[in-house]
Amino acid sequence: MKKYLLAVLVDNKPGVLTHVSGLISRRAFNIESISAGYTEEASITRINIVVSVDSEQELDQVVSQLSKLIDVIKIVNLSETESIMRELVLIKVHATKQSRADIINIVNIFRAKIVDVSPENVVIELTGAQSKIDAICEMLSEYEITEIARTGAIALSRGPVPVKNM
Amino acid sequence: MLMNGAQAVLESLRKENVEVVFGYPGGAVLTLYDELYKMKFPHILTKHEQGAVHAADGYARATGKVGVCFATSGPGGTNLVTGIATANMDSVPLVCITGQVGNPYIGKDSFQEADICGITTPITKHNYLVKNPADLPRVLKEAFFIARTGRPGPVVVDIAKDVFAAQISYEYPKKVSLKGYSGDFTGDTKDVQTVLGALQEAKRPLFFIGGGVTLADMTEDMRAVVERTGIPVVTSLMGLGCIPNEAEGFLGMAGMHGSYAANMAIMECDLLIGIGVRFDDRVTGDLSSFAPRAKIVHFEVDPAEINKNVPVDYRVLGDLRWSLPVFRQKLQDSVEDYKARYSMWRQYTLAMSDEKPFTYKKDTGCIMPQQLVEAVSGLMDADTIVVTDVGQHQMWAAQFYNCRQPRQFLTSGGLGTMGYGLPAALGAKLGQPKKKVVLFTGDGSIMMNCQEFATLADYDIDVKVVVMHNHVLGMVTQWQRMFYGKRYSQTLLNGHTDFVKLAEAMGVSGYRINEPAELMPVLEKAFAAKGPALIDCMLPETEDVLPMVSPGDRLDHMVLGGNAE
Repeated sequence: MKKYLLAVLVDNKPGVLTHVSGLISRRAFNIESISAGYTEEASITRINIVVSVDSEQELDQVVSQLSKLIDVIKIVNLSETESIMRELVLIKVHATKQSRADIINIVNIFRAKIVDVSPENVVIELTGAQSKIDAICEMLSEYEITEIARTGAIALSRGPVPVKNM
Repeated sequence: MLMNGAQAVLESLRKENVEVVFGYPGGAVLTLYDELYKMKFPHILTKHEQGAVHAADGYARATGKVGVCFATSGPGGTNLVTGIATANMDSVPLVCITGQVGNPYIGKDSFQEADICGITTPITKHNYLVKNPADLPRVLKEAFFIARTGRPGPVVVDIAKDVFAAQISYEYPKKVSLKGYSGDFTGDTKDVQTVLGALQEAKRPLFFIGGGVTLADMTEDMRAVVERTGIPVVTSLMGLGCIPNEAEGFLGMAGMHGSYAANMAIMECDLLIGIGVRFDDRVTGDLSSFAPRAKIVHFEVDPAEINKNVPVDYRVLGDLRWSLPVFRQKLQDSVEDYKARYSMWRQYTLAMSDEKPFTYKKDTGCIMPQQLVEAVSGLMDADTIVVTDVGQHQMWAAQFYNCRQPRQFLTSGGLGTMGYGLPAALGAKLGQPKKKVVLFTGDGSIMMNCQEFATLADYDIDVKVVVMHNHVLGMVTQWQRMFYGKRYSQTLLNGHTDFVKLAEAMGVSGYRINEPAELMPVLEKAFAAKGPALIDCMLPETEDVLPMVSPGDRLDHMVLGGNAE
């Protein structure tokens, strides 16, 4: 299985997310993550999809099936161009007097931030590549993680050309 | 111009040259039907929303125009679902306009509320929920444009009840501007040139023609290409009629119940040129041994179809309305004597066709289903529209009816919808009033949507319905016979329904054929009479549709039938 990040530009209209998610489910595509948000143009929403596929042919199917949706304007496979990929995670970890120092240590090593603290827990924020986030989660798993919220990966191409002009 | 939303809908239909709407009224579309009444807009009231959507589908397939149907919110909309999915699988252009509960009631589980856009998302080319009255003209313009351009398909426009009543300043847009869909599917001429190169290398080329050629109305160019090259032709079920059955070089339908010659030609060809096909599993059988010796060319408008089921060597991506004329021209400009080049191969395939045509056992003492289809075929005009339901009768009609024209053979190919036939035949007749329309159906299929006999009678729509009455759900019993140890679970109908009386009760004449001697006289009498009629023809129970390739098996592993056994 190989993962690809697709930047999907769609019309900012009601029903778009239903169309995209409906297609993914009916074609039985494997999705690692999906996130959507406003862009520099009010009429366009950007959906970031990480797909996991067995072959180039399967990837082509994902792209051509998505392209067929009327509200999809453009799809670019950012895994095949020079790009910066990031994900944000918030992690709530049980922290006692004994373990707090160790946890802070891990936070510093990963250049993460503590954004909330209470006598029994801390909330950690980290932005980075998926592998880095996977790594901190693994390190913290020793300390009883109570909750994780991940945004899924988003990406931008390097250099001056935006996805819409690619 | 100031008008309300309902008037805007109907005005837009007029601008799109919609001649007739099939539908069923209800609470959420009261305002729409009120304006329809005032404008005297032509409307056919079917007896069920499923009838309306299949009728719109039959109308669209018979004419090439966009079929339109109306339904109310909730159950009205959900009753359209099977028909929308049927149209979607066979790429039929439809615009389905449904009422939705009023804006303030949306999302509150209100009376007759259902999320039709959510429900129909996987089975439409596109859909809209119109909550803002000002969007109506643009949305309708886009809906028709999307339905008919490129690879056609159904579009649902769900309109909130209050939008029909709201006043808007109406102006129908002249153009559609969609960021992600241009409707222009012109491809690269170099791709077509590559196919000519492939033809130079090929010794045993084969055309495999599908419903796309009919949808694009490119039969004339297709026939010219076949004529110029002398390459033998097979079709899919949906491609029937693109090449006349009698045309020399036509090997018949390929696939599970395809002809021996068609399937063997696929197995032996060295260049398979698929045109407007989607390599459905009912045609390919086992994918790994499909056309094992061939390079594959795919002429296709929909990029998602390329490599979906069968990996192709050469693609010609674009509308057949663009690619086929270019292909035809390039072949005409070429000095190559293609006919001579492929003559041996052609003779070889034709010999297979002559040796093992579709056959059946004669002189059995009963009316054989294949014989019935042949008899009806012989009594019909060259341009008669043939509609089928789904099951054994559908395959026999495909094998034995003499198809000569595109848009002549209407059948639910992709979805295989039992109950499609009667309403679709009704719609086809309204779209092509000058042509005869005959429906082949079974005693299973006809009971789904038999309420539409009443519509035939009420509007005096001249459809002749041939019920191929074998007292079983034939195709399922065939599979039970072959793969399930003859355990006929829930398939022996032994019904007590008298179809002649059923038809008569709804105002349609009924005829019955019990004995071989009655076959021709009764058929002739029923077809000669004006107006709709049902002919209930008694057939043996255990006849199989043959040849047959078992599901997922190789195309050259055919069980043959009739005299070829």
